[in-house]
Amino acid sequence: MSGAEFVPLSLTPLLIGVFSAIACALPGNFLVLRRQALIGDAISHVVLPGIVVAFLVTGVVSAWPMMIGAALASLVAVGLIEAIRRLGKIEPGAAMGVTFTAMFAGGVLLLEQTDTSSVHLDVEHALYGNLESLIWLDAIGWESLLDASALAGLPDELLRIFMTLIGVCLFIGLFWRPLKVSTFDPGFAEALGMRTGLIGLSLVVVAAVAAVAAFDAVGSIIVIAMFICPPAAARMMTNQLGKQIGWSVVFAMLSAILGYVLAGYGPLWLGANHAVSAAGMIATISGLLLALAAIAGPCRHRSGAPAH
Amino acid sequence: MWLEALTLQLGYNATLVTLGAMALGIAAGVTGTFLFLRKRALVSDAISHATLPGVGIAFMLMVALGGDGRSLIGLLLGSAASAGFGLLCIGWLTKYTRLAEDAAIGAVLSVFFGFGIVLLTIIQNLSAGRQAGLESFLLGSTAGMLWNDAIIIAVGGTLTLLLVVAMRRPMTLVAFDPEYAAARGVNVDRIDLAIMALVMAVTVVGLKIVGLILIVAMLIIPPVTARFWSDRTDHVVILSGVLGGAAAYIGAAFSASAPALPTGPIIVLVSFAFFAASLLFAPGRGVLAAVLRHRRFQRRVHMRQGLLALAQAQPIYEGYTLRLLKSAGLVQADGVATDRGKARAAKALRDEKRWELVRADQAMEGAAALYDGLRDLETVLTADQIAEIDIKLGGPQGVPV
Amino acid sequence: MTVALATEQGIAAVDLIAESPLAIRGMTVSYGEKPAVFSVDMTVAEGAMTAIIGPNGAGKSTLLKAALGVIKPLAGQATVFGASLKTQRARIAYVPQRASVDWDFPTRVLDVVMMGLYRELGLLRRVRAHHIDKATDCLDRVGMADFADRQIGQLSGGQQQRVFLARALAQGADLYLLDEPFAGVDAATEKAIISVLKSLIDEGKTVVAVHHDLATVTEYFDHVFLINTRKVAEGPVSEAFTSGNLIAAYGGRLATAQIDQLDLAAG
Repeated sequence: MSGAEFVPLSLTPLLIGVFSAIACALPGNFLVLRRQALIGDAISHVVLPGIVVAFLVTGVVSAWPMMIGAALASLVAVGLIEAIRRLGKIEPGAAMGVTFTAMFAGGVLLLEQTDTSSVHLDVEHALYGNLESLIWLDAIGWESLLDASALAGLPDELLRIFMTLIGVCLFIGLFWRPLKVSTFDPGFAEALGMRTGLIGLSLVVVAAVAAVAAFDAVGSIIVIAMFICPPAAARMMTNQLGKQIGWSVVFAMLSAILGYVLAGYGPLWLGANHAVSAAGMIATISGLLLALAAIAGPCRHRSGAPAH
Repeated sequence: MWLEALTLQLGYNATLVTLGAMALGIAAGVTGTFLFLRKRALVSDAISHATLPGVGIAFMLMVALGGDGRSLIGLLLGSAASAGFGLLCIGWLTKYTRLAEDAAIGAVLSVFFGFGIVLLTIIQNLSAGRQAGLESFLLGSTAGMLWNDAIIIAVGGTLTLLLVVAMRRPMTLVAFDPEYAAARGVNVDRIDLAIMALVMAVTVVGLKIVGLILIVAMLIIPPVTARFWSDRTDHVVILSGVLGGAAAYIGAAFSASAPALPTGPIIVLVSFAFFAASLLFAPGRGVLAAVLRHRRFQRRVHMRQGLLALAQAQPIYEGYTLRLLKSAGLVQADGVATDRGKARAAKALRDEKRWELVRADQAMEGAAALYDGLRDLETVLTADQIAEIDIKLGGPQGVPV
Repeated sequence: MTVALATEQGIAAVDLIAESPLAIRGMTVSYGEKPAVFSVDMTVAEGAMTAIIGPNGAGKSTLLKAALGVIKPLAGQATVFGASLKTQRARIAYVPQRASVDWDFPTRVLDVVMMGLYRELGLLRRVRAHHIDKATDCLDRVGMADFADRQIGQLSGGQQQRVFLARALAQGADLYLLDEPFAGVDAATEKAIISVLKSLIDEGKTVVAVHHDLATVTEYFDHVFLINTRKVAEGPVSEAFTSGNLIAAYGGRLATAQIDQLDLAAG
């Protein structure tokens, strides 16, 4: 494929997909180890009410208010889950189930009640995103990467998810030790004087920010899949946290690239003439990678696994 | 309109759907209770999301076989098959790999759903011009439902409910105490499987009404709500069924009364309203009751500790304790005990000494086990027994007056 | 007796507390509506090895966790070397119950011991050779140096407990708090752990351990603290480990025949 075709049409969606996948997979490692994998599920459901309320408040479909609305909604959800769990003494899974279904239902109802026919705001979009449409019209080929005026026309989503990814990396890098200690042994961490509650909350907030930024570009399905599948597959490849994170990044990138390419070109190779949902395909590929790791990963078993 | 809907006067279809939804709501509430008590509430989330590829594959198969692909029965059978496969995947991942159940649930949920979306986009392109309407399975839609579909839902809901009723005894036994159930000869694994099968049935029947994203709410919210009102398994089961049925009935009827009120979200929100009210106001486990009880309890603890410290002439470090004692008129502003305070302190210390004897006496093991530092001895022993202890204590010496 | 006098005594008591590696005053901890620990005072003797003993559910571990701020008490406070817990964290090493963590966590034995150096390393300081040497030395002290590169899930219960002890050693603390260090470990590990703890005492450190096995109290410990929701007794083994105190703590749960077999202090 020539640069003239690839750069404007496929480069930016690919990059956005890869960045989104990595930004979700990184905090996902800790969520999976903390048995909080489904927090990602809950967050991705409550993004919808968040953006609908943001739309109702501001009256425009614009990225920043919606991202803020989605982020606020995830915080509300996390707070509600904690409150229900603690105050009502309800197990976390059920508390999540109550919270995210109710909030999602509220979002759908608001959406139905509001006239959004003039704007592109619907449930399907929230679920699938529109990765395929995030093209770079100003580009004419690889040389555009050096052309300031063309670079100015890059989709906003790319910059946002890139900044988010950097933020996520900084958080994990900076708080690597507290995250590791408090995930492994919260009692010991507490005795060291760490604020384990605060660390846990920050992790969830970072995950929420990553989810919202990724959601903006790729929809919520990938978000859940990327929180869980690459870290889970990575866990079966190694017994060291650092290496696990590395593997999860590799799996996330593979899922994003293979998924995007297969969704766009797979049907053409098979003789069909329409692409399929890239978001759905990326989630599917991440699941296949997980299945491979579960069948053949060197550290897939709970005990007696070979070292390294 | 709203009243008419509640009294089922909006035509055959709406009536059938409402009654079917109610039957489904009851079945979901009851089934969900077993899931909740087995601490596996979110398995239902994976099951419901895993139905989507089945819907897509069933549609494509039916089209390939020459049908129009929209037969509800066929789509529901397909969804049940793929949900069952998803369930198998979760079981396999948790049993044979090191993944915990929550990660397995999340993985299956997202991957199956993602694959389902891929299939949906294929179908949209395949039958261009012919709207398959499979998106309605995402959020449910009872608007414009065919008579046949309404019948399927009413019959499906009723059948599921009957199955739940038939299975309630062994399921209650397993949910309450699996080990005891196993000892009684109940095959726990098989009952767990039956619970999962019922969850699948509820999910599949509910797909068309509330959609796959929200059907979990019907399985999770009523049991959690019912749990606030009772500690007895059988009561929770019944109450959850009632709450689930009521929410579904009200929700379905309400949504039939106006065009822009989608059934699924309304049912879920009605259910959530029940939940929120219970969370706040339930007498035993509700938040309000718990907060009041905790504050009363904290006051009792501090009061008791303060009195014991006074009696044993120990300093009181806690400001809260001192404030309590002062406001009760038991110590003066300068921290010196009043006469009443001294008397109460002496009584507290005497009780403590009595308890010490009770707890050292092997004959009173039952009573001793109830000790928690706060309980009045009078609630545990008879006056005669206390008198006996007092004789052993040998009068009130050693108690500063 | 007047309360004014009590205040003077109180000041004396506070002075005494100032000496103690760990002093607990009026500690009440409750899970729900039933206090697990009620109004407990404890003054740990410096340079001694103290056993916290009592029946199941008597609040032994709860007391330890509340003293460390791992759980929040309903009332009461703890001081460490006469100062607030916050300022003295670096002087405490804590060994939680082995069963309280997920041993399937992806990490190696050496990494777990390195966690004990957290206060030294902070967020970002680089791990240098001398840090690794220190961790390896600690592993060596508990006889686990050969296992440094093992994945922790592959260890036996006794080996896991030794790794936890090595992590505590790496903390280089003055006060060691151990929650049931001998629960479910083999005899060899029990011996190894006790010899490490005795060597800590020889270095002038203070050790407090939640302990279950009444038969070994006299052999292993200098001091005992008997608890059953309330404090029953505390003091040197020779004074406090009496049949009377044991009956007061265990009530009907300890048969007279069992008590007769113990090596008890006269009382």
